[in-house]
Parts: sequence; C-alpha cells; structure tokens
Amino acid sequence: MTDKRFQGYRGTGKAVLESHGVGVWSEVEVESTHGRFNGLILPRSETSDDKHIVLKLGNGYNIGIAADSITSITEHGRREAHYKIPEKEFPVDPAKPDVTLFGTGGTIASRLDYRTGAVIPAFSPGELYGSVPELADICNLRTEKLYGVFSENMGPEQYIRLAESIGKEIEKGVDGIVIGHGTDTMHHTSAILSFMVQDSPIPIVMVGSQRSSDRPSSDAAINLIGAVKAAAEGDIAEVIVCMFGPTSDQYCLLHCGTRVRKMHSSYRSTFRTISDVPLAMIDQKSIKYLRGDFKRRRTDRSVKINTSFEEMVTILYYYPGMNPDIVDAIVDKGYRGIIIAGTGLGHVNKPVYPALKRAVEKNVHIYMTVQTLWGYVQMYVYETGREIMELGVVPAANMLPEVAYMKLCWTLGQTDDRDEVRRIMLTPITSEITEREPYNGYLIYQGEIPEVQEFLRTIKR
Amino acid sequence: MPFEFKPFDEMTPEDYAGIGFRCGLEVHRQLVTRTKLFCRCPAGRYSDRYDTEILRHMRPTLSELGEYDGTALMEKKTRKNIHYRIHHDTVCTYEFDDTPPFFIADDALDAAIELALLLRLNLVNELHIARKQYLDGSIPTGFQRTTILGVDGWIPYKGRKIGIRQLGLEEDACREVSDVGHDRVYLTDRLGMPLVEPVTEPDMRTPQEAVDVAWIIRKLCRSTGKVRTGYGTARQDVNVSVKGGTRVEIKGVPQIWRIPRLVYNEARRQCSLLYIRDELKRRGIAPDSLEYRVDDVTRVVARTRDEPIRSALDEGLRVKCVVLKGFGGLLNEETQEDTTFAKEFSDRIRVIACLNRLPNMVHSDTASESLYGRDWQQLRKKMSANQNDALILVWGDEADTQTACQEIVIRAREAATGIPSDTRQALKDGTNGFERVLPGADRMYPDTDLPPLAIPPERVDQIRKRLPEYVWDREARYRAMGLADDMVEALSLSTYSDLFSRLVDELKINPTFAAVVLCQRLKAFRRQGLRPHRLTDDEITDVFKANADGRLAREGVVHILRRLLDRRVREPGERLSVSDVLDAVPDRPTSEKECMVHIKTAVERLDHGRFPTSAKKHRYVMGLLMNDFRGRVDGRKVSQWVSEELDAQRGHDVSTKVQA
Repeated sequence: MTDKRFQGYRGTGKAVLESHGVGVWSEVEVESTHGRFNGLILPRSETSDDKHIVLKLGNGYNIGIAADSITSITEHGRREAHYKIPEKEFPVDPAKPDVTLFGTGGTIASRLDYRTGAVIPAFSPGELYGSVPELADICNLRTEKLYGVFSENMGPEQYIRLAESIGKEIEKGVDGIVIGHGTDTMHHTSAILSFMVQDSPIPIVMVGSQRSSDRPSSDAAINLIGAVKAAAEGDIAEVIVCMFGPTSDQYCLLHCGTRVRKMHSSYRSTFRTISDVPLAMIDQKSIKYLRGDFKRRRTDRSVKINTSFEEMVTILYYYPGMNPDIVDAIVDKGYRGIIIAGTGLGHVNKPVYPALKRAVEKNVHIYMTVQTLWGYVQMYVYETGREIMELGVVPAANMLPEVAYMKLCWTLGQTDDRDEVRRIMLTPITSEITEREPYNGYLIYQGEIPEVQEFLRTIKR
Repeated sequence: MPFEFKPFDEMTPEDYAGIGFRCGLEVHRQLVTRTKLFCRCPAGRYSDRYDTEILRHMRPTLSELGEYDGTALMEKKTRKNIHYRIHHDTVCTYEFDDTPPFFIADDALDAAIELALLLRLNLVNELHIARKQYLDGSIPTGFQRTTILGVDGWIPYKGRKIGIRQLGLEEDACREVSDVGHDRVYLTDRLGMPLVEPVTEPDMRTPQEAVDVAWIIRKLCRSTGKVRTGYGTARQDVNVSVKGGTRVEIKGVPQIWRIPRLVYNEARRQCSLLYIRDELKRRGIAPDSLEYRVDDVTRVVARTRDEPIRSALDEGLRVKCVVLKGFGGLLNEETQEDTTFAKEFSDRIRVIACLNRLPNMVHSDTASESLYGRDWQQLRKKMSANQNDALILVWGDEADTQTACQEIVIRAREAATGIPSDTRQALKDGTNGFERVLPGADRMYPDTDLPPLAIPPERVDQIRKRLPEYVWDREARYRAMGLADDMVEALSLSTYSDLFSRLVDELKINPTFAAVVLCQRLKAFRRQGLRPHRLTDDEITDVFKANADGRLAREGVVHILRRLLDRRVREPGERLSVSDVLDAVPDRPTSEKECMVHIKTAVERLDHGRFPTSAKKHRYVMGLLMNDFRGRVDGRKVSQWVSEELDAQRGHDVSTKVQA
C-alpha cells in the first residue's frame, strides 16, 4: 500500500513526500526555494532519477521540482486518475463473419502508462470497439489475450501456444484470425506460424502498428481495420501480415508471412515484401488482389498443426575477416543448426572453411542465405561458392535469413537426418522459396531521380 | 427591448469595467536557432515549393486521465483528409511522424530559460515534454510537443503587476494552404520551429491595456536578441471574457494593432450572447427543454427558383431544415459589428460539417432576402412551425447535411446555456469567427518518446549572469542620456544595445552620436545592400576608438565603417582589418590653418551668379570640401568656418561697395 502511495518514487523524492505526509494523487501546494507550485502529484517513472517530484498543473502540463528545493507541501485534496477507454459492448450480427483477435502485446493494442511514461499493451473487444468502431461494420469480434509482451520477448514458448490456439480456433469454426503483434519481430512470428500452421482453411492475419494507438496519427486503426477485413472477407488462407502500404493513410498491404520483413526502424510503411510482390492491397472498402497464386479460403475445418521447434539454432552474419573460432564456439556450445547470412551470392572467406567442415562433421546443419536480402543464393558462379558447398553448406535459395532460421528450428525439431532436413528445408511450404523473382520484386525507389520525384509529386506515398 | 451596445469609438474604460471585461494574452514567438526544436532540420527556411504530398487522418484518443477532449470529438466529426506538402530541404521524416524526436535543441532551451528569468517565473527543475493534441491536422503527429519552463511570474505595467501564468517552449505548426470541403492542405516548412509562448493572466481591463502589454512582451522578447522578427514570426492569441461570460480565445492575431477591435467585438459578442440566453429563458427555453425538428425538405423546395438553393438542387444535393422552437427573431440579433447571431450557426456548419461554400444556410429571420414567401409558407406548414419559431435551411450531401443539422441543434442548445468555450479566428474586419471548440487540459499527454530533462542550477546561473538589462530600464537610461524617443525605442530593442553601453561608458562617445550610427546608419547600410551584421562588435568599437583618440573625426566613423563593408561585399575573399582602412586615412586631422586655406580658395572661386543665396553657397562649398575632409575634420567645424568665411567675404564685398 505504501508503495502505491509513493509509486515510482525512491530516495530523496520519496523521503520528501513522506516527510510532508503526501503521496501520489495528492492535490498540493508546493513551496520551494524558487517559488510556489500548485498541482497534482503524479507517479514517477521508475527509470527516472530520485531527485524530482512530478506535478501535473491545472493547465495539463507536467513539471518536475527538485526535491531538495522543497520547503513545504500542503495537501488540499486527492484526485486519482482512471485511464479507461470507453468500453462499449461489441455488437453481434449473425449475418457477419466471426473473427477472433489474439493479443500478444505490442503497439497495436496499447495505451500510455503515465507512471513509466511508456506505452503498455492492453485491449478488449469493448475497448477496441470504443476506439475503432469501424470494426463492427466488418465482423463479430472475439478477443483473447494470450500474452502481453513486446515483440522482442516473443519466443518458442509463445509460438507454440499461438499455433495451438490457432488450431483450436479453426476447429471452432471462426471465419478468420487476427493476431495483434509488436512489429519488431512480427516477421519472425509470421514465418514460424507459416510452418507450424499449414493448410489453414481461413486467413491468419498478423497486424501491428508503428505509432501507438494513443496518438491521433496512429496507424493502428487503419491496420486493424485492414487486418480484420482480410480475416473476415479475404480469400487468402495463409499466414499474412497486414501493415501500412505507403506512409500516407491510404491502404494497407497484405504480405506473405515468409516473404515479409521490417525494413525501417520507425516508418509506418516499414513492412515490405522482399524479392516478390505483395499479395493484396486493402482498405476499409475493398481488397485488391495483386496476384492469384495464394492458397484460397475453404469451408472445411481441417488444418495441420506441427509445433516442432529446436532452439539450438543461430544466425551467423558474416563479415570480412571473420575469425573461424566463432563457428567453433557455436559448435562447441552444442548448436545444431547455423544459418549463414553470407555476402553477395552466398560467400564466406577461406579461413572459415575448416571450421565449417568441422561443424558439418559434428552433424551441425548449415544453410546459406544472403545478407543482400534480395535475390538468390547462387554458389556455382564462383569457385569459392562451390568449395563452400563441398564442405556441406547447403544453399537455401531465396529464403530470407530470419525465415531460414525459423524453418531450420522447426525442421530440426522433427528430425536430425541430414537428407530429411535438407528435403524439408528446400521444399517450399508457402513462398519461403520461390521459383522465380519477378522484375518488380526489387523496388525501393531512390529520391531526386526526376521520374521518381514526378511519381512522388503525383502519387502519395 | 433589443440589445444595445456602444460603438467601438465610444467605449470608455468605465464601459469596459461595467461589463466586467477581462483580457489575457498568449504570445507565440519564433526563436533564432540553428535547427528546429526536435530535429536537425534547418530553422527559419520558408518556401511554398514542395516535392511531394502525404495524406493523413486524425483520430481522437484518450487523455491519461481518461477523457476525450471536446475539440478532439469535433475534429473527428469533420472527417478531413489532411494533405501535407513536403520539401526536401525543410522537413525530414521527424516532422511527418515517421521518426521519433531527437533531443530538444539546446540553443532554443537556453533562449527560453533566459526569457523565463526575465519574466520572473518560478522555474521548473525538470522539463517534461507534453503532447498537446491538435486534431485539425496542423501537426502530422496529431499533437504538438510542448513544455513549460516556469509559472507565476509578472511584468510591471503602469505601477501594477501583470501576471505571467507560464512560459511555454513548443514546436510550431504547419501553415495552412487551403481548407475546402473535406480536404485541408498544409505546408510543412514552418512545422517544428521552436516557439516561446509567454501566457499572461487575464489582467488587462481594456483593449488598450491589451495592446500595451502585447508591446511590452514583444519588447521584452526582442531585447534578448534571440527571437525572430518579421511578419508571421510572432502571433498573439487573445483571451477575452466578460462578467457572466466564458473565456474565449481569439487565435493567431499577427499584428498587435488589430487587437483592440477584435477584443471589442468579442466582448460585444459575449454580452449579446448573454442577452440571447436571457431572452430564451424569458421565452421558457432552457438547454434541456430545447424543442427542435429536423427534416429533409428537398421535395418541399424542389421548385424554388431562389439561389443558392436552386443550384444545390440542380447538383442533386439534399436540402434539410431545422426548426428551432421559440427562436423566432433571435437569429437577426447583432452579435458583432455587422454580424448577426445567424453567423454562429453558419460558422459551425462551415467548420464542422465542411459546408464551406458560402452562403451555406438561409434562415427565416431574413425570409424576405431568401426564398419566396410561398416557399417559407410551405416549409412552415410541412415542419409544423409557427411565426415564433426559427427555420434554418442547409444543403449538401446526405452525410454533411446530417452533421450540419446536428450542429445547429448543438449550437442552439449552447445558446440557452450562454457562451460556448470556443477558439475563434481573427478576421480582417475586426470580427471573429468560429474555429474550433476550446481545448481543455484533457488534451495534454506526457510525451513518451522523450525522458524528463533535468535543468541543472548551473545552467540557469550561467544564463542569469548574462541576462540583458530590462528593456524598460534600458529605455529609462537612454532617455536620461537625452536620446530622442525614436532612438530610445530602436536602441533598446537593438542587438547593439550592449555595444552602445560600452561605447558610451568606456570610450565616452556622445550617446546620440553612437545611437545614430548603431541604429540608423548601420540600418541604412543594410538597405543599400551592405551587410552590417558582418562587422563584429570589436571592429565597430575600434572605429569608434579611433574617433575617441582623436585620430578620426565623427564623419570618419560612418565613412570607415562603410569602406570596411564595401570592400567585404566586393572582395569577399580579402579580410580587410579596421587598422588597414584607418591607415589609409591621414593620421591626424587636418589643421584648422590648412582647412582655412582650402575654404578661402573655395569661397573665392564661387560663381556668385550660380549661388545667389548664402545658404546655397554654403551647401556648395561644404560639398566641395567634405570630399577632401571627410573623416579628417569634424564637419560641424568645417561648416562653421565656411559660414564665417562667407560672412567675412560678404562684409568685404559690402565694404568695397561702400568705398566705391
């Protein structure tokens, strides 16, 4: 109880509050050596220093006053804040499809924590309806909070539970599934789910937001509307990602879960399909399919769930002059699989060869991907590539490094047989390996080129 | 009994006291900094050019105390597409909210601390950046990053204290290009510029006091030398209330002289709205007993020939009618100069329902000016309205007319309550119009992207040490020195005021002479395309020192300064020093004796026919001589000698004539 009264305060700050008999949510007049201040004492972020007291003034501003400058504090009331999104019951319409929204945390469903000053995950159908009422025009929504973690804390345990929950939900007969997820590792999760959940009859749509939903300019609502629409009405029965297309509020893109990657640390339009074109454009009104080779929605309820996962796998990002003892260390630590992100078409330098050879001899499975991200591994072009293959390193075509990592974890969870592992790894399950790269699969326009400027001027991006 | 209000020119301070007039100011002022406040884009570059546009929408969110803000809900209703024009050189991904903020610009923070000290505020020890929501789209994030440096200060005015509530430091918003229908366009160049915002208490009691205080704050800001000057770099928000009224904010007044008429009209509007409320009460209409009726009357008026409804019908738009029971006659009440109560409705419809092609409504109190008598009769019949009721017609598409009718009812209900808390826009004719609902403290959120920033006492002490003298003290001192009023004003706001003090105190330069050079002559140089700011204080001091030491006459000071600048403009590579230029001038002033020889010669050679009067002779001789003497002899002395010589010559002439 005392802790709550001094929420976040410690050291000098806490001592000053205590000695004046006030606490968090006290309405006070503070006398200090540099003047008088009136306001409400707010909780303090635990990561902030212990030397200041935070006041919310009548005009809404927060200020910090040095605790050691305070000469007196007089309490003249208490006012505790309750942050609540107006919760309205989500309307049910039997004519509309049923969609289940799984919450894992992340920015899509979050609000401010005024104590830590940070964004914390939270949501319920009522809250969502209160802030994005458009959802009720699309479907009947049920939500289930699986975890409340930021995406960097997602791991095998979460993947497995998520895959199993999806399986159960499909059996129950929902028309689509949406997964709210932090954006940082959304493409990792979308990749592993693509392997763990196969031949789904319904869309499984991952969604997040780059700007938290407590901001008026948030992309959360539009992403969520797009994702729910893709889940409820869309025809793509795969694990897909729904995020902003351009940075403008225009439409979202649906990306294949194994071809998508977060490509900018802060842009709204950070998710891009790599070495291919996105599956579809989607907005509140319509879905425009950009290709036709996806798996389509079915009415049956069958799905294959395979949650195998071997954790002793790593990604090795090669750099010139890499010392082979890194590889030795990985092997000696007992790792069973290594995904190399090699240079160019898939290369590492010669001094590493013996270490790789030793790793293969110890039955470590090594697959080559490219750190260029776009394009295929092609190890026949240069002598070095052929030498590396002879060591037993397997080229993983145009699998993205993170996707290859997830696939190897999943594969090694099932078998240790070299040939079988190789067969599984190199047989595409969705589009993690594609047969061809279209001419328009590699597009990041570059500014100041006249025709690009013309494009930017006329088409919002 | 109709409502009466004295015309602007006849209002006395007693009249303002009688209505309980109170007025406060919020002055926004751009700072001179290298970069913008929260990113590294260059500050102060403005251009209408743009490379691309992006499109956004704004959604209201909850405050940390769990409330939706009124403004937020209003802006949500308007469903605006916000288009931002972006230029490569003036904005980066921060301004359009695709990159988190960088740390606050240090030079801006120092300038703000300086101003906070001058305003005698109680300084905060730790800055918390807040997000102040603006859903009109003027900031792409949907909020302005803002913080306050201190509270409860004051400035002196006519022997009393004008309270300064707080000083804010915040980022500037976009410039609006257009706002038509559901599309609003902004230029982003100004976005993110650092602004200081001193806010006064509502301590001003007449429009004139508001103007005076605005000038004092303006001078105080400028005396720091750290604020930008020029049109658009300072904008005043003026808060007005009358007894029984509400605080209403008139936003973005660019020039101080516009304030009096604007606040007069607002005071008048509030008194008039209070009168309307009382009249409604007398008619038995209270906020919760308001009776109204809304209907689609497209078919009723289908055959009207009256514009603008005819055109609307031809375009296939809907016409809707709102009946306000018992409001008959009130829409014609004058609320501001040449403005009636009806405009309160028209404004709301324009802003919130986006029906911004004017006129956007007609009403039954001006029945003779719009539609035909027959149309009104049919409308009254269809809407079961009688002569005591007011009818308002609006037209537009289904969704917009629906919003419009809702807004009319909302505004009517507010009329029964009194004065809505609005933010009003300042119009050119001195009246004001609705801009948005006045936002409250509910729209403030802590900024989670930046941690609190402690301001160490040492930093404040450093700034305190080099605080400029109060501008009013400066002015008093200059006046005591005998400077003329215009010089006092110019010098006290000049960046040369410190230099001026040094010249006068240390070099004993004549104050008026120093002031004329620093304020007038250097300014004249600028108009001539020379760049006086390229002269350092030390260089200017050196030139004055040469004068103080007797090496250089007064005329020489300006002459040398000009030569220095001239050379720099023409040969920028060459770094000419003061002593180089001084050396080119003969060391000592020419002796009186040597001068007299020249003067005598010049006077003797005068063509007396060409210069009939002695004044013309004097001017000609002076012009001739000063070409040689400039910078070497005090011009006043030369002038005196020339006069004496001319007089002597004339005496000589006269005496010879007499002899003859």
